[in-house]
Amino acid sequence: MSFVEYGDTIKDGDTAIVFLGHESMFPVKVQHGTVTQTKYGVIRHSTDLIGKKYGSKVTCSKGGWVFILHPTPELWTMNLPHRTQILYSTDISIITMMLELKPGSIVCESGSTGSGSLSHALVRTVAPTGHLYTVEFHQQRAEKAREEFRDHGLEQLVTVTNQDVCRAGFGVSGAADAVFLDIPCPWEAIGHAKAALKEEGGRICSFSPCIEQVQRTCLALEEFGFTEINTLEILLRVYNVRTISLQMPDLGRAAEDHGSSDLWDGGSAGAHLQPAAVQFKSSVPLREMVGHTGYLTFATKS
Amino acid sequence: TMEGGSRPGPRICEGDCAVLKRDDVFKAVPVLRRRKIIFEKQWFYLDNAIGHIYGTTFEVTSGGNLQPKKEVEEATTDTKEAGTDNRNIVDDGKSQKLTHDDIKALKDKGITGQEIVQQLIENSTTFRDKTEFAQDKYIKKKKKKYEAVITIVKPSTRILSTMYYAREPGKINHLRYDTLAQMLTLGNIRAGNKMIVMETCAGLVLGAVMERMGGYGSIIQMYPGGGPVRAATSCFGFPKHFFDNLHEFPLSKVGSLLSGTFSTETLPSEPEDSTLLEEESNGLTDEKQTSLQETEQESTTEAAMEINQTEEPETMDINAEDIEFKEQKEKENVREKQRKQWERRKKLIETAALLGEKNADG
Repeated sequence: MSFVEYGDTIKDGDTAIVFLGHESMFPVKVQHGTVTQTKYGVIRHSTDLIGKKYGSKVTCSKGGWVFILHPTPELWTMNLPHRTQILYSTDISIITMMLELKPGSIVCESGSTGSGSLSHALVRTVAPTGHLYTVEFHQQRAEKAREEFRDHGLEQLVTVTNQDVCRAGFGVSGAADAVFLDIPCPWEAIGHAKAALKEEGGRICSFSPCIEQVQRTCLALEEFGFTEINTLEILLRVYNVRTISLQMPDLGRAAEDHGSSDLWDGGSAGAHLQPAAVQFKSSVPLREMVGHTGYLTFATKS
Repeated sequence: TMEGGSRPGPRICEGDCAVLKRDDVFKAVPVLRRRKIIFEKQWFYLDNAIGHIYGTTFEVTSGGNLQPKKEVEEATTDTKEAGTDNRNIVDDGKSQKLTHDDIKALKDKGITGQEIVQQLIENSTTFRDKTEFAQDKYIKKKKKKYEAVITIVKPSTRILSTMYYAREPGKINHLRYDTLAQMLTLGNIRAGNKMIVMETCAGLVLGAVMERMGGYGSIIQMYPGGGPVRAATSCFGFPKHFFDNLHEFPLSKVGSLLSGTFSTETLPSEPEDSTLLEEESNGLTDEKQTSLQETEQESTTEAAMEINQTEEPETMDINAEDIEFKEQKEKENVREKQRKQWERRKKLIETAALLGEKNADG
């Protein structure tokens, strides 16, 4: 198993996802001799997990069962232990596409190393030939991040630097394809971002919850000669999909019989068939309110 | 510290698929010499762009050629005279003192777009009464009209998906680019996967998947009809080896494969001209009128298709007396056709075997 490659069987040391339902799952570190408690009972790693195929159904001691899933950055994002506010897959998706990330890309990021949500997704995308340079100014979080990347077999693809990006930059010069900023004062890091980016065509993204931050960032981007400055927000709308059975309206019969008695008959005269029902798939938005995470500002180094 | 040194970007080469950009309007075109391009009400040749780095901005000269735009520092006047509101501004159409002919004369003299805009500002009686916002709006509008600046950018999923959504959404089932972004991420599309792709989006989704896989792993494209549509895919400009592990399989054979009755006795009929397939694929006519009013005939996919068909149909020299030569040629054609059929059968069997492994990652 690896966050950048699929494996078939669960091995000792793997991180696997225990799935009880769409709204109920959690990660486990697979280890010989360990047990994991679930509401359906106990899972014994040695007998129930190790050697089994990913995707297997595992029966717990009380009789209920769970699925054991291969980890992906998206599942990780949904289940990781929060150390800071994280970025969710919806924002991560558009960031990945707008920064034009792909295998071989060199990407620098600062501000979201914290819980590793974005980092895992970025590493997955730039593997096997790319690299992620991540700058974290909190010493403990930087260390925890390094540990986690090692644990997940990603240390070859990530370099964690403990410094303040606004003062010291990313530790990269003229080589990055993309830079991502998730910091309170991104305008202070634009200069460093520009220095880190390759000569032509590099992309930058700044994530800010407040529009005032966005305004200042856009001004800074313009001052530093960035082009294609563009800010957007992305919200995921969840739909409830159902098969609907809709009755065709009964418009009555054409008046074939003379006399108006039919109308007042109460329908007893002549049993006309119920009009047919039409079946089709339809959807309705699940919730009215969708939460704001932040504005994403993109630009190109020209 | 990692040093990139001078890592200049990729250069525009003949044969590439490049994307022309003006503000937020994109258009994909093949880079060919002496090929007239129409874009945003301008006509020009790309010849002069060849050799420049992608991302370079050009101006269209009066001769229809491209010329790199020089970086000109805009004169920043510290005190800009501006009004507070428009209560005293009367729109009688007489504010601009330059006439149509005056402007034409200036253009003919060879004056730059930037200078024309400056002239318009100076000759507008109401400009200094406008608010700062109104002034900016005015300048922006004039710039858009007179400063015809085009940037040539390298294609990518970001650029192509935005372009298709704006220009020909009907060809891609109105798949918005952010939706595509969600699909790529939630689908865990990455290097090394074994993917099955089935789409009727002119090959845009396939291209996006290929970009995220970086040439690693493998893809089997399932397709309806006679052949896979890859018009958009060719716009990405992938290196050849990306296609080594791209296979295709007709949907019409999937049933037989699942039931164990698969055979290559009948092959899905492949039309001679892939253009036909293009027109059929969506059947929606609403893209005839686009919100970007373009009077030109060319469409992005048309341009893309031209890349696909770089070979001209062979013209046979028919010498009425040389019947033997004719027969010889026909025999060769039949053999060629048979060879192609055999190739197709072989590929089909190989791909069927890949599918039979039942181990796709997504």
